[in-house]
This record gives sequence, structure tokens and C-alpha cells, in this order.
Amino acid sequence: MSTPLIQFVGVQKAFGPKVIYDDLSLDIFKGETIVILGGSGSGKSVLLKILIGLLEPDAGEVRIDGKNVAHGSEDDFLPIRKRISMLFQGGALFDSISVAENVAYPLREHSALSDDAIDARVREALARVGLAGSEHLSPSDLSGGMKKRAALARAIVAEPEVLLYDEPTTGLDPANTRRISELILQIQRDLKVTSIVVTHDMPCAFLVGDRIAMLHDRRVRLAAPVDAFKHTQDPVIKDFIYAMEPQK
Amino acid sequence: MTDSSLADRVHRGMEVAKGIALLGEKAIVTAFTKPMSLKDLAQQIELIGQKSVAIAVLTAIFSSMVMTVQFASQLSRFGAKEYVGTIVSLSLVRELGPVLTALMVGGRVGAGIAAELGSMAVTEQIDAIRSMGADPVRKLVVPRVVAAVIIMPLLTGMSNVLGVLGAMMVAFVTTGVNMTLFITSATTAVDLSDLAGGLMKTLFFGFFISVIACYRGIHTHGGTEGVGRATTETVVLTSVVTLISDFVLTSILLQFGL
Repeated sequence: MSTPLIQFVGVQKAFGPKVIYDDLSLDIFKGETIVILGGSGSGKSVLLKILIGLLEPDAGEVRIDGKNVAHGSEDDFLPIRKRISMLFQGGALFDSISVAENVAYPLREHSALSDDAIDARVREALARVGLAGSEHLSPSDLSGGMKKRAALARAIVAEPEVLLYDEPTTGLDPANTRRISELILQIQRDLKVTSIVVTHDMPCAFLVGDRIAMLHDRRVRLAAPVDAFKHTQDPVIKDFIYAMEPQK
Repeated sequence: MTDSSLADRVHRGMEVAKGIALLGEKAIVTAFTKPMSLKDLAQQIELIGQKSVAIAVLTAIFSSMVMTVQFASQLSRFGAKEYVGTIVSLSLVRELGPVLTALMVGGRVGAGIAAELGSMAVTEQIDAIRSMGADPVRKLVVPRVVAAVIIMPLLTGMSNVLGVLGAMMVAFVTTGVNMTLFITSATTAVDLSDLAGGLMKTLFFGFFISVIACYRGIHTHGGTEGVGRATTETVVLTSVVTLISDFVLTSILLQFGL
């Protein structure tokens, strides 16, 4: 593989007495989809938030294109946030505005597009996630699965280079879980983005991932291609996989 | 309470005070340096202002009516009931109007802001704003602070006028004070400096209430329970700060003849 697009190097992070990472290192390559697995409280979402500067690591480096951005200011992260979009666990749609306005938000913040051009991009993004015609709905009118898809439309509308998915299938029924997983795969194929998917959902992980990284004991236990990950003899990882998805 | 827990609470209190001061400073700087959405400002003026008119007016009218009943009863014993207008209008314009409006509107508005921003915080909407490269202070805090600073003097002015009129009616009905006499004594007693001093304080009250509520809302954590806690703490904190700042501001303004 080529030079990593994103590198976590010796990252340390604690919340008060609770240590999340004591020496976390992970490379992420351009164009790949890497799935981050780990138990509750292992710091999967924290990893995404550190990457886009919503949280600051206590020590270590976070490199994007080789440049350390770990301790940047809000202004320093502005160009990074234009390149990286995040789908939040609950969608994080703004309740007070319509679905279309939610999806248009990143474009209105950062682009000089006309209203007509923005409307066209919003319709295109919503159609891509299967929500054509829902522009005028309020987020409170949407079901859980529709909220995730609308939030995904918001994440892709500005055509980012990197997409971060925080528990994209949590709280959804099996049909919607499958649908979101296939949507992630479809977006990966269509937009050729680099994706980091945090999930507990093993079928989703195996379906969308090129590589899987497992967080355990405050660091990355294993980062490997999906097949190698499935067949690892590491008892901790086997335990995690088969507890989530019992062997038939 | 042990020394260490007292020290922890003092330390936390100092951290909160510092955070509120920094947010207030950032809101002022942002308001003057970055463009604000007029649509957001108009929406906040409607939420903070128009929907607070009833509570502000009711508070002013009934508190001035109670004052009138009390003063009229006592002053009648000395044959001085014609001074009711002077006393009630001065009290209302200089102190009770601004402070009661701030307490009532502050409770309503502060709780509303803290609950709304708190809900946004626990559902990661504020993180989402930041992740899209937008500034939560510009998007959320500045419109609320500017709206509160604009609205508080207007509501107080309206409360003052309606409070004096309510007092005049009660004085006439209960003790037969002539309405023309009441208005004459009220307008003679209250000069521009009294009015300016009272209204100037409300600019600060509006600023303090909105910044405290925004700070507490943005820093909410702990799900719905956290939102409830943030809301309650905001009402208590804004009320205490209103009363303390009233004393400080009154002392300062009196030095300037206001």
C-alpha cells in the first residue's frame, strides 16, 4: 500500500481517571474502508472525534497527509473539516430546520454556490440515500433509519475525501441495518472516499470493510484485512467476533 | 462538608465562572467581527421577546398594584396618599421594573436556552456544527445574546409604563387618588436619569442571562437528566447573578448620577 493518508501515532487520551488510550497507533490508507471494532467504552467514537478535532489527545500525533494536526485550533481544523465529514451515531440532524436545510448546511457554510445549485446538490444527495422527495420534511417526521440516511446525505453533499461513520447501524431493525450497510458500500464505490466505520455490528463490518482494527486494552490489538481478521487465532478477537455473531 | 469537597466545589465554581466570562468575551468579539444571520436573530427576538411580553407585563402590573395598595394604606394614615404616585413610579422605574422583568424573563428565557442548547449538546448537534467547520458561538450564542440585549430594555420599558398605569387604577379605586394627580406626581418624580439608569441595567441583565444559559446549555452532558440539571442550574444561577449584579450596577450607576 501507499503512504498512509491518516496516521495515529502513540496517541494517549484519558477522561479524568479513566484512561481510554495509552499508546494507540493506526495507519489508514487513501481509498480504503477500515472498520473500528471494540467493546463499549474502548474509545471507538473518541478516535473519530480526535481525528476531526472535536476532542484533543493528551499526547501523541494525529497526522493527515503527514502533517501533525493533533493540537490544532478550531481555525486550524477548518480545512480538515472541509475534507472529512462525519455521520454521528444518532444522526445529529438539526431539529429546527427541514431535511433539505440540514443537508444544505455544509454547502451554505463553505461554498459559493447559488441557491439553485445548492438545491440541486441537496436533491442529488437525498436521492443517493433513497430519500428523494423528503426535502420539506422535518427531522422529527423521519424514522430512525431515515434519520441516518438524511444525516448520510448531509455528510456526502460536500463531496468529502474521508467519511467517518459512528455506529451507523445502532438502533436500527435488521432490514434498515442491511440497507445502511449496503448504502455505505455503494457510496464507497461511487464516491471513492476513504471511510472509517465504527461499529459493533459484525455483519456490517464484514460487508463494508477492507480492513478491520480492533481496539482492546487501550490500544489497537490488531489491524488486518477482513479475511485475516476473521481467521485470526487471537483469543480476545475470536471471543469478540463470536460473541457478536455466534458460529453456525 | 469536608475541606476537600468544599475546595472541589469552589474550584468547579471558579472554572464555571471563567468559562462563562470567556464565552461572554468570545460572543462580543464574534458579534462585532463575523456576520450573523439576521434570520436567526429575528427568530430569537421572537422567541425571547414576543413570547415574554405577557409574563413581563403581568409581573409589572401586579407588583405595582400590590405596592400601591400597601403604600396607599400606610400613607393615608399620615394624610400623604397623594405621594403614592411618586413612590410607586420611582420604585418601579429604578428597581422593580428592571429586576422583576429580569428575574421573570430570565427564568423563562434562560431555562429555554439552556434546555434547547442542552438537548443539542447531548444529541451531538453542537459537535455536528463544529464538524462541518461552523462556529457554534456564531451560530447559536451570538443571536441569543444580541436578541436578549435588545429585548430586555424594551420589555422593561413596556413593563414600566403598564405598571404605572396599573398602579394609577388601583390608587384611584382603593383610595380615591385622582388619576391626573397620580400621573403628574409620577412624571414629575421620575426624570430621564432614573429611566436611563433602570434601562441601562437591563442591557447587562440580558447579556448575563443569555451568556450563562448558553454556557450551561453548550456544556450539558449526561443525557436527558443532564438537560434537566442544566435547566434548573441556569434558572438559579441567572436569578442569583441578576440580584448580585443589580447591587453592583446600581452602586456604579449612582456614581454617574444615574
